[in-house]
Parts: sequence; C-alpha cells; structure tokens
Amino acid sequence: MVVFLLKRFGEFVPTLFVIITITFFLVRLAPGGPFDSEKRVSPEVLAQLEAHYHMDRPLLRQYWDYLSGLVRLDFGPSFRKPSRTVREWLLLRLPISIELGIYALAFSLVFGLGAGILSSLRQNSLLDHGATSLAMLGICIPAFVLGPLLVLVFGLWNDWLPILGWTTPAHKILPSITLGAAYAAYIARMTRGGMLETLSQDFIRTARAKGLRESRVVLRHGLRSGIQPVVAFLGPAAAGLLTGSFVVETIFLVPGLGREFVESAFNRDYTMISGAVLVYAVLVMVLNLVSDVILAWLDPRIRAR
Amino acid sequence: MKTHLFIFYLCLVSASCFPGCSSRSPADQNILQAGNGAEVQDLDPHVVSGVTEHRVLSSLFEGLTDADAATLEPMPAAADRWEVSDDGLHYTFHIRPEARWSNGDPVTARDFAYAWRRILSPTLGSEYAYMLYCLKNARAYNEGKLRDFDQVGAFAADVETLQVELENPTPYFLSMQNHFAWFPVHQPTIEQFGRMDERGTAWTRPGNLVCNGPFILDDWLPNEKLSVRKNPLYWDADAVRLSGIDFHPIENLQTEDRAFRSGLLHLTATIPLHRVAVYRRDRPEILHIHPYFGCYFYRMNVTRPPFDNPLVRQAFALSINREEIVTNVLRGGEQPATAFVPPGDSKYPAMNVLHFDVERARALLAEAGYPDGRGLPPVNILYNTSEAHRTVAETVQRMWKENLNADVRLLNQDWKTYLSSMNTLDYEMARSAWIGDVADAVNFLECFQTDVGNNRTGWSSPEYDALLGQAYAEADVTKRSLLLQQAEALLLEGGPIIPVYFYSWKFLMAPEVKGFTPNILGYYRWKDLYLDPGEE
Repeated sequence: MVVFLLKRFGEFVPTLFVIITITFFLVRLAPGGPFDSEKRVSPEVLAQLEAHYHMDRPLLRQYWDYLSGLVRLDFGPSFRKPSRTVREWLLLRLPISIELGIYALAFSLVFGLGAGILSSLRQNSLLDHGATSLAMLGICIPAFVLGPLLVLVFGLWNDWLPILGWTTPAHKILPSITLGAAYAAYIARMTRGGMLETLSQDFIRTARAKGLRESRVVLRHGLRSGIQPVVAFLGPAAAGLLTGSFVVETIFLVPGLGREFVESAFNRDYTMISGAVLVYAVLVMVLNLVSDVILAWLDPRIRAR
Repeated sequence: MKTHLFIFYLCLVSASCFPGCSSRSPADQNILQAGNGAEVQDLDPHVVSGVTEHRVLSSLFEGLTDADAATLEPMPAAADRWEVSDDGLHYTFHIRPEARWSNGDPVTARDFAYAWRRILSPTLGSEYAYMLYCLKNARAYNEGKLRDFDQVGAFAADVETLQVELENPTPYFLSMQNHFAWFPVHQPTIEQFGRMDERGTAWTRPGNLVCNGPFILDDWLPNEKLSVRKNPLYWDADAVRLSGIDFHPIENLQTEDRAFRSGLLHLTATIPLHRVAVYRRDRPEILHIHPYFGCYFYRMNVTRPPFDNPLVRQAFALSINREEIVTNVLRGGEQPATAFVPPGDSKYPAMNVLHFDVERARALLAEAGYPDGRGLPPVNILYNTSEAHRTVAETVQRMWKENLNADVRLLNQDWKTYLSSMNTLDYEMARSAWIGDVADAVNFLECFQTDVGNNRTGWSSPEYDALLGQAYAEADVTKRSLLLQQAEALLLEGGPIIPVYFYSWKFLMAPEVKGFTPNILGYYRWKDLYLDPGEE
C-alpha cells in the first residue's frame, strides 16, 4: 500500500507541472487582456499597469517567475480584484466550496443509498418504480431549473428556508440539495443495480440459510459488495461536486470558488484562473486517490493488483 | 435505514426554524439593503473603475462638491464655498473647517492635493486618471512627461484653501467633483500600509480604511456583503437618517430579483427585462424607470467595405425603426435615439436628427453603387454574448433585410474577445454603448476624435476634431453648445455610428424607502435616503 501511495504521489508532480504550464500559456493566448474595458485605458496607463504586474517582461521570464512563486505558495496578485492576493482569495473561497461539496455529497449518499437499497429489496414494486422514476428525474433536471424551483417553493411561496447567502445552517440546505440531487439519483441507480446483482449471489443465500436477520444480510453482507460501483464513482463524483458548483453558487449566492473561477476566466484575471485551476487539479487528483484506496480496502482483488 | 431517513427529515424540518435571512429583523430596520451588481474590485478610489464601486465609494467619501440629487448642480460638500475667475480657469476652494476624517483628523486642502497627485502618479496606473486631465499639466504628469507635480494645477495655499488651475474652461468641473476619481484620501493611512503609488495594499480593509463621507466601512465579506454604518464624525451627520447600508453583490439578474421578492433587499441594482411588464402590471409602486444618460449604438468599421463609404453608413442608420425597437422589443422605458448625446445635459439641447426614412436610405444605397442592395457584401454584427443584445441584433437584422435587402449576419463573442476585436478593428459592425461619467455632451462626443482610444472605428474627421478643439477653449456656454452641436451633426451624417436607443435606469425599490430623487446619471445621494417602516 505504501509503495502504491508513493507511486501515485510521484505521478502528481509531473501532472501538476503540465497543467500549470498549459494553463499559464493558454489563458494568455485567449484574445483580450485583464485591463480591456468598455472605456478604454490609454496606452500610457496600460503600459504602467503591465509594468506593475510584470507583464512587460518576456513571456518565458513571466513563466519562470510564476513557477518560482508557486514553490513559495505565492500565487501572485489578482489583476481584477487588487484588494487581495490570489492566495487570499483562494483561502477565502475554497473552504466554502468544499463545505458545500461535502453537504451535497452527504445528501446524495443518504438519499441515493437509501433509495437504491429500498428499490432493490422491493424489486418491481410501486416503491421501486417510484424511486427509479424519481432518480431518472433527478438526473434529467439540471441545477439551474431545480434551484429556482426549490427557491420558489421553499422561499417565495412559503417562508420556510432562506434562499440566498451562506451564513446559518438553514442557508446551506437548499444549495446542498440542488447540487447533490443529480448525484443522489446516479447513486440510487448504481446502488440498486449493484445490490440486485449481489443479493442474487450464493453467499447471500448462505447467509439467509444460516438464519441471519434480513437487515443483517442486507446491510452487512449485501451492501459491502453491492456498493462497490458507488465507491468507484465517489472519486469523480466528489471532484464533480467541488468543481461543478458554479451554477448553484450563482443561484443561491454562495461565495465559493466556482463563481470566482468562472468570473476570473471572463475577466482574464490570469493569476486567479491559474490559481483556481491548480487548486481544482490537486483536489481532483487527491479525491481520485482516496476513492482508489477505499476500493482497495473493500476488495482484496484490487489490492493484489 | 428508515430511521436514518426519518432523522434526516427531522433535521430538514428543524433547520427551517433557524432564523433565516428572508425577513429583516427589527434591529436592522434602519439599515438599507441594496443590491449592487458585481463584487467591488477594491475600495481605493484611485484604483477602481466601475459603477458598483462608485455606489459604495460615494457613501464612504466626499469630494469638494456634491451634486443636487435632482438637477446634479454642484452644492457645497467638503468645500463650503468657492470662487471662480472670469475666464473660468481658476478656482479657489475653501475647505469646511468642521470637516473631519473618520479618525478625527481635520480634512484639509493638502489631502485633496495629495489625492490628485496620487491618482495622477504614472506608476499607480489609475484607469480613471484621465478624469483629471482638465487640470493644468495633469495629462503630461500622468503620462510621465512632467516630473514636477508643482507644475500641475492643484495647490494647497494653506490648510483650508485649495487653488486649482485648469487647462481649459470646463463647465462641468464643479459637478464632476462627486466622482470618485476626485475624492480625497488620508495620507497617513495610505502610507501606513504601503507607498503612495502602490496598488492593492491593505489600507482599504475594514478597520484600516479612513474616509470622510457620511458612512464608514464596517465590514466587507467579499462576494457576500459590504456593510457601511453612519459616520458620527461626518460634518453633516445630523442630516444622515440611515444607520447604515448593506451592499449585496448579486451579479445574476434573476437571483437579485428573487432576493428582492423574498424581502432581502430594499433596492435592486437593475431588473431582468422580462420582469418589467410583470411589475408594471402587478406592483407599479415599486418599479422605477427613469431616463439615463447612456446611448446604445452600433459602431461601424470605416476601414472595411462596405462601411468605408459614408453613404452606406447613412443608409443603414436611416433604415432602422427605433420606435419599434423600444416599444415592441425592449419595453423597459428606453427612448429611441435620434442622436448620439442623450437628453439631460442642461446646457445642451438634445438633437433630433436620425429618423426612419426607408426611401432616402434606399436612394443613398443606390447612390453608393448598391441599388436594391445588389453587390453589397455580407455584414456581420458583432456583439458580446447576451440575450438582450442578440434580440436587438436580430431585430435590426430583419429591418436591414426588409428595407435594404442587406445580408446581415450575427456574430457573438465573449466580453474580452469582443473588446479585443473592436480594439483591433477586426469587425464590420459592433454593438456598443456609452454611459456618461458627467452630464455633459462633450463626454460623449470626445470618444470619436481622431486616434482616441474609445474611437474604435478608424473614423477620423479633421473638421470634427477642430470643432471639439474650439469647444474646449470656449468659455461662453451658448457658443460652446453650438460648436458641440455642429460636431454631433457631423458625427450623425455619415459618421461611424448608428445610435439605437437611450438607456433607462430601471430598478426595484421597496415602498418604505423614502427621500429618493432620480437623476440622469443614476447617482444615489445616500444621505438623503431613509426608511419609513410604516410603509412596509
């Protein structure tokens, strides 16, 4: 396991280096720059601004400066929001996106696993059809439709939940549900499939023949094998939840990194884009690794490989 | 598992009993909740450049003069009186002795001279430094051609007296003083956190920022809320009736609209176009639509065919039905633009030149060598990606097809790519807009002088440049206005632009907000506003 982990960490460095390099040059290739605006700045002011942010230096020199900054965890100044450095912005925003991602993941696991297991136990019953249809609906309804719908029902028609911001626990419910809904649906379908396959296998019959209680058969023996597809899906799902929160953050006014990332791309805020990409890349790699480790723990065959 | 689900439902239900934000608590009743569009870039008046920043900064800082909320005429603020020389070139301001910074220091003439020197410093790279170019030698200093600030026309004769010398008589000089570019800054605070010409230092953070306006910075949670509270040391604190303002950065129009409907906001920054009709029908008392000093127009690239021909440009300008666009397409109180300068400059009678005249347009096009549009190359309308811009572009596309038989196509690009295409003249026709910084016609007309950065059309007219040059030097307001009108006429007859409509200032305001007076610059005089909960 230690060798496995070391090997995976060893792969991180070159991958990150490639990502940083591509991002650095790609954002600078895009037309327009951070200081273009409707009211055009004079060439003199533009030259001063570029000098201030060292954009007047040769591109390779800028690249080298940026890399040496990264070694010191210095992501540079933000071009469009000069009141804080990129590192400060990332530290402000990232925890909020992670928090939202964790709640959404928790929601999708609780609902997805619950619905999937219930469906598999009552296959082809009304409950099963209901849960499967709901899951299909969850996959089909995009967040930008579900979010405003929830706002309408819980915030505008009935004053049950706050609909904007990220302050009290109550504020965190609707965004988490909106973000987690599609994943809950996927997880429900996967759990149902995995459980149906597992419950028809010999070792389950053996467990039942031993006279174990049904709840123990399902939760102890069936689940461990039945949720393996879900666990494999968790890595990409967690990464998707953390990086895909832009729409939800916009609808519910959550001050997370997703909004910052998209805005910085539109604003050509070079350092902010690079910083956000870097953070997302690290997150995705770490989460995939965690998912692989859990899988190996659940299934001895993978460990052997 | 059923038990788990039950617990989750229990959590859901109990969470709904938490104190939410959907209704305002009594303690906050005297705090105005205002939607403010995008997040502010910074609170340094010499670094920022947008409308959202202007809103916040005008609550925190105060210039030499303020503007009357209705007429925008200058009225005493940090300066309680001033004298102007007969030639309109020399101003002497007397700073109010009781004016204080929020830390108790007196506001002095030196603070203004220091602030102006700072914004003009070449190394600060301020995007709004050009606002001060009316000061003598300010431009040369800002461009680094002049090193000695003593030669720039701003001089603190003593603590209370500021002497100003202008390059040209500038009729709007006084009313411009409530723009953030002219605001004073507190020298010891700036230099405590960095050099005078350093961007992005910590002086604008809560707890550090020292200001001289009716409110002080209380808290700033980026992308969440920016709170200002009443400044007890403000010289006119007795007149300030609000306890504070919370500015909410909500960029998405629909989200802001929902925030207002849920009771989170008293005031929105704008309103989604499709909601205007709904509010007009159901709640006209909260819908505000006022004339705005801005023009929506199309630029034409005069370096490329077919718009290198003034006859073609004029034919296109005459063959769109502006009335139809504002009444059937936009429906948000916009006005058809029959000229480039919107009505609203009290010294400048608005022109009424461009009319819908298909016959004449067809004749002009035939004269240009394209009878019935034959031989006219296809034209792309470039616009930045937005539903509203696409709708307007589709409408004019249809009009030009019907009226001129022109093959017009649509091309959208993201904001920065679109700006880059315009800057490099890589387009045929492009959607554009100009919003006045000051209520003066020259603010619009100077965009199209030869080789000015905002020209972006390749158009150059020595006659136009000369007329503006004469207007700059002219001290007599009536003569100046005539010169500007001649220039605008030149711009509209075969010039590089097709004005479409004049903007309206649209927003929602709760009935309990009182003391509001509309004006054409969309300027809020925060100290006039107050909340009357009886109206809620």
